[in-house]
Amino acid sequence: MTTVQLSEAETPWVLPSAGRVGMFSLIAAEVSIFVIFIVAYLFYLGKSVTGPTPAILHPPIFLSICLLSSSGTMELAVRGLKRRGARGFIGWWMLTIALGATFLAGTGLEWRHLIQDEGLTISTNLFGTTFYSLVGLHGFHVLVGLVLMLITAGFAARGLLVRESAPKVEVLGLYWHFVDVVWVMVFTVVYLVGR
Amino acid sequence: MTTESMVLTAEPQDRTWLERAHGWVTTVDHKRLGIMYIVMALVFLVVGGLEATIIRLQLMKAHANVVPPEIFNELFTMHGTTMIFFVAMPIMFGSANYLAPLMIGARDMAFPRLNAFTFWLTAFGGALLYYSLLGGYGLYGDAFAPNVGWFAYAPLTAKTFSRGHSNDYWTLALLVSGFGSVGTAINVIATILSERCRGMTLGRMPLAVWLFLVMCVLVLFTLTPLTAAQAMLMIDRYLGGHFFDAQAGGSAVLWMHFFWVFGHPEVYVLALPAYGFLSEIIQVFSRKAIFGYPAMVAASIVIAFISMSVWAHHMFSVGMTSYGNTFFVITTMAISVPTGIKIFNWLATIWGGKVDFKVPMLWAIAFLFQFLVAGLTGVMLACAPLDWHLTNSYFTVAHFHYVIVGALFMAVFGAFYYWYPKVVGRLMDEKLGRWHFWLFVIGFHLTFDFMHIPGFLGMPRRIYTYEPGRGWDIWNVIVGIGVLFQGVGTLILVFNLIRSARKGKVAGNDPWDAWTLEWATSSPPPEYNFATLPVVRSRRPLWDLKHPEDPDWKYE
Repeated sequence: MTTVQLSEAETPWVLPSAGRVGMFSLIAAEVSIFVIFIVAYLFYLGKSVTGPTPAILHPPIFLSICLLSSSGTMELAVRGLKRRGARGFIGWWMLTIALGATFLAGTGLEWRHLIQDEGLTISTNLFGTTFYSLVGLHGFHVLVGLVLMLITAGFAARGLLVRESAPKVEVLGLYWHFVDVVWVMVFTVVYLVGR
Repeated sequence: MTTESMVLTAEPQDRTWLERAHGWVTTVDHKRLGIMYIVMALVFLVVGGLEATIIRLQLMKAHANVVPPEIFNELFTMHGTTMIFFVAMPIMFGSANYLAPLMIGARDMAFPRLNAFTFWLTAFGGALLYYSLLGGYGLYGDAFAPNVGWFAYAPLTAKTFSRGHSNDYWTLALLVSGFGSVGTAINVIATILSERCRGMTLGRMPLAVWLFLVMCVLVLFTLTPLTAAQAMLMIDRYLGGHFFDAQAGGSAVLWMHFFWVFGHPEVYVLALPAYGFLSEIIQVFSRKAIFGYPAMVAASIVIAFISMSVWAHHMFSVGMTSYGNTFFVITTMAISVPTGIKIFNWLATIWGGKVDFKVPMLWAIAFLFQFLVAGLTGVMLACAPLDWHLTNSYFTVAHFHYVIVGALFMAVFGAFYYWYPKVVGRLMDEKLGRWHFWLFVIGFHLTFDFMHIPGFLGMPRRIYTYEPGRGWDIWNVIVGIGVLFQGVGTLILVFNLIRSARKGKVAGNDPWDAWTLEWATSSPPPEYNFATLPVVRSRRPLWDLKHPEDPDWKYE
């Protein structure tokens, strides 16, 4: 092409990072999926023909604090990576993983209680179907996030993570923040509104 | 600029057949993936077309018995599913894949490996759908292909009514190809926003690229509800859930809502890129820049927005409240406003232009006419009281085939003739193209104009056969004859596509004297698209290049 005009060629040409655009697009798609499951949950509130009902649920306050604070530690990890490289990163990162894992383990214990003591399974009634689907969908996203973070930790352990990797890690951070925000929605719907 | 890149495109001649096949299977090149999408879609087009042909044969005569009733149910289910998910969608994604990076002056998509992955997901989805012919039979002696209609209303999909696995293959096929579509949409959005060449601001992007962008954003928000609903269906069928199980308090109507929240915007997912094709073709063959570029962009975005709030016009007969009905009547009618803006802008582009009636332009004109008619029957169906009479009749079937065959596919065919020389390096045969055009258009009108009438007379869709003497007989004969014309037309297209690859006239870089960046590189483009990345200063960079004395950027 010979259309290069000097003035045009010299103006700065900055485009958004493909990773961030891609992640935001994925988040938009995921939001739609969660909206459908949340709508189903709300639509079927009180429509179960047999028990148990949502009254058996106890809000998992401690687990929610764990998950929400993991967004903060994630941010600190990225900031550490930008400033001090892998050394400033790995501690906060492992803490993030630990908090997420605590959340997931706590959900597992809650489910064991519901299944064993309350007799609520996914096929018991509509409440069971919608509850396990919605909370399970979120838990699955936490699990995916944990796997991705563990892979990143593996990179860090092998010395492959440097300051310049921060933008890529930030993209994973976007996903993790999204998982947290969705939990706020799910928590509100299931444990506050729905009970 | 041209000769050096021409040399580089030639494939090494000494590669074996196996090496070439390996190259295609492992490729991450957006152009090859785009071609594979379209070839796959063409294969499924022939399959889906054959299914439609058998359906019409069965309905040509009252009390006909061409196929057994069970097979008939499977045929219309497979026809609908195949045509929407494995013909129309892959053609649009394939085109976006091939064209978007070239038109914005990029070397590839933002995520080439994701691109290959999502293509293979889509292809695998199609394979899963047809694998049901082998695997769906299961142990239960039930249907061997999906047979619940393409929108699969509950409770037909419950274990009780569809035993065996045939409908699970339907669910899985749509889930898998749905992940593929969302992945491709993410990729196209990231490509268009982040890989544009210097100077290619959003306001200078070709309209086709704009429409690919809007389409992909719409895919993010509307294909995912289907994915979610399919997941729920799987939970119902395999984990004993009750989402759509009325006996346990579940709701069949909720499935309808979830399906149509996807299903209606889906029409626009398919139509938006068709608008893009049309905008490019009409400009070039009218020898005028598009009329009202900002209005075209705005109208596209408005269409995408409104399309997400019209879904329940598929459900007037379910019995919603009068408020619900009124809301969906108004939104559905509102969407014809931005659509009207588009039609007027296309007409204004042609108006006063030096129109060149080459084959792509013929298709564009047919599109304009048929799209208008399809829009008008759409407004008719949007009136809830009239819809109560016409819903699920052949009038509805005629209406949406008018949209998808009459508008969308006409634009796709136009796009084939327009971009084929870029993809293959040779022009398609003009004479065969005209045969294709006239046979197909005549066949289309025979089939779908006359299909409205039995619908008006009360013929429901999806019936296996009917009593003679209801006034439907003669119309069904005419409809069936039209299929023959369309079939022959399509075969001519396939013949033309194959023959022109060897015998067509060599196209050169820019056979249409066009204005967008894909025509600046060689035909077919080299793997890296552009030897040096272009810099643009207006909406028609090639015009600027060809007319340095009167460039567009002076006026924009």
